[in-house]
Amino acid sequence: MSTSSIPNTMPPAARQRFIRRHSPTVRATHWLNVLCLSFLLLSGLQIFNAHPRLYWGQYGADPDAAFLSIGTRQTGSASQGFLQVGPLHIETTGFLGVSDEGGSATARAFPAWLTIPSYHDLGAGRRWHFFFAWLLVLNGLLYLAHGFWRGHFRRDLVPSSGQLAPRHLRHEVLDHARLRFARGEEARRYNALQKLSYLVVVFGLLPLMVLTGLTMSPGLDAAFHFLPDLFGGRASARTIHFVTAFLLVSFVVVHVVMVIASGLWNNLRSMLTGQYAITDEGTRP
Amino acid sequence: MTTRQSSRRNFLARLAAGAGALALTGCDRLVQDDNVDAVLRQTEKLTLAGQRALLSRHALAREYTEADLSPVFRANGTQMPDSNEYARLLEGSFMDWRLKVDGLVERPQSLSLAELKRFPSRTQITRHDCVEGWSAIGKWHGVPLAHVLDAAGLKPGARYVVLHCADDLEKALDGSGRYYESIDLIDAYHPQTILAYGMNGRDLPVRHGAPLRLRVERQLGYKQAKYLMRIEVVDGFSTLFGGKGGFWEDRGYEWYAGI
Repeated sequence: MSTSSIPNTMPPAARQRFIRRHSPTVRATHWLNVLCLSFLLLSGLQIFNAHPRLYWGQYGADPDAAFLSIGTRQTGSASQGFLQVGPLHIETTGFLGVSDEGGSATARAFPAWLTIPSYHDLGAGRRWHFFFAWLLVLNGLLYLAHGFWRGHFRRDLVPSSGQLAPRHLRHEVLDHARLRFARGEEARRYNALQKLSYLVVVFGLLPLMVLTGLTMSPGLDAAFHFLPDLFGGRASARTIHFVTAFLLVSFVVVHVVMVIASGLWNNLRSMLTGQYAITDEGTRP
Repeated sequence: MTTRQSSRRNFLARLAAGAGALALTGCDRLVQDDNVDAVLRQTEKLTLAGQRALLSRHALAREYTEADLSPVFRANGTQMPDSNEYARLLEGSFMDWRLKVDGLVERPQSLSLAELKRFPSRTQITRHDCVEGWSAIGKWHGVPLAHVLDAAGLKPGARYVVLHCADDLEKALDGSGRYYESIDLIDAYHPQTILAYGMNGRDLPVRHGAPLRLRVERQLGYKQAKYLMRIEVVDGFSTLFGGKGGFWEDRGYEWYAGI
């Protein structure tokens, strides 16, 4: 428009603008969740260490067959740690079964740096676990109430029909694998893979975690007889609790990698202040 | 160049190890902080209040069938009390054993095994859940605690039932280590709360608490006191042993073990 003496041969530069991405409730519950899940994982491994064997069915104790166990075997003067999953036997000395505690090799399922407290104290582990379990549930209920009430789930997490088209999904998977992320208008919304994984965590894994946890309580089983049946028994519920924890850890690993790869500061800022920078499609990178 | 690289790598490794150790000791320091612990212990009240609100006073623990029984029921804790008195009682097939019932009761009792077996009995196949995470299903046969308490008659002010055992699970130098447990009257009068003298169709084996053990089915294993010698009805347990109401409670477990 303006009469510039320089001919406009340069393509327009990419332009940055800010949008409001996360509501205050989502930001607050997200970080509280980070705190809860961290403490729940580490205190949970302390509790697991008290009996590092997993079973399927209504009951399960040492005389019964375990489908997963972490143990220690004494061979001469050396002790060896192992992980046994069905017929699979893996030597894990130094990490699982036997690891360093206070400078000496100690028989313990998960190592000191993965448990709260670092030394064996089931009572303390349980106190930390239940405190953060209550907090997680209250935080989760707040998040769910907000999500339904303010339309967060409907607006931001339910994939559009276009996003679910097989062609589009295939395209997204390839983009993800090449760590190519959306820009411009497309970056305003979550992509389908994001939406689906958040939905699986929010409505699948976390409720499953809470329900299998509650099923391990003899008090709650007396109040709700269907609880153990839901999971094939109390021993099975404990197993599912452990496997689901592993799936949640896997989600967090991928989540954090994606956060870093798609712009650490922008993502962190949006989860702290709500402001997310969008780079409009310029032809110049 | 390689030395500089390896020394940098060394430095980074030491830095990472140091950061890990710092986080570790930081967490342990939090765990050992009395104020933090006091906050965490409030959770038990929340859990108790929550479960009591959900559980009706008489809601029964699930009962299983013979087909569900654990092939081998793991014995835990003391498996043979280490005292001359117990050895003598065992040798006499518990003919000389008596269960004392005293404390805040109108008519203190001293009951033989034969007398206990004359009360109406109850049989239940239930799941035993250990605090450690394992469970086992067993069949228990015994007298509902309510009958024994009714025979003794509670005095006004009675709030808890303390179960004194014959075994020292952990003999400390000061002589403490005697196993004991306590439950409130809601659990004491629950229909499935029984003093069991039979297990899986036989007399209660020594490793499972002969001649008499408690079954309080809506709580964890450490509440199921074995080798019972005396039942004391009290208005509080702060002056007993460690003051927390049980052997494991004195060593850090929750008094309410419904979770």
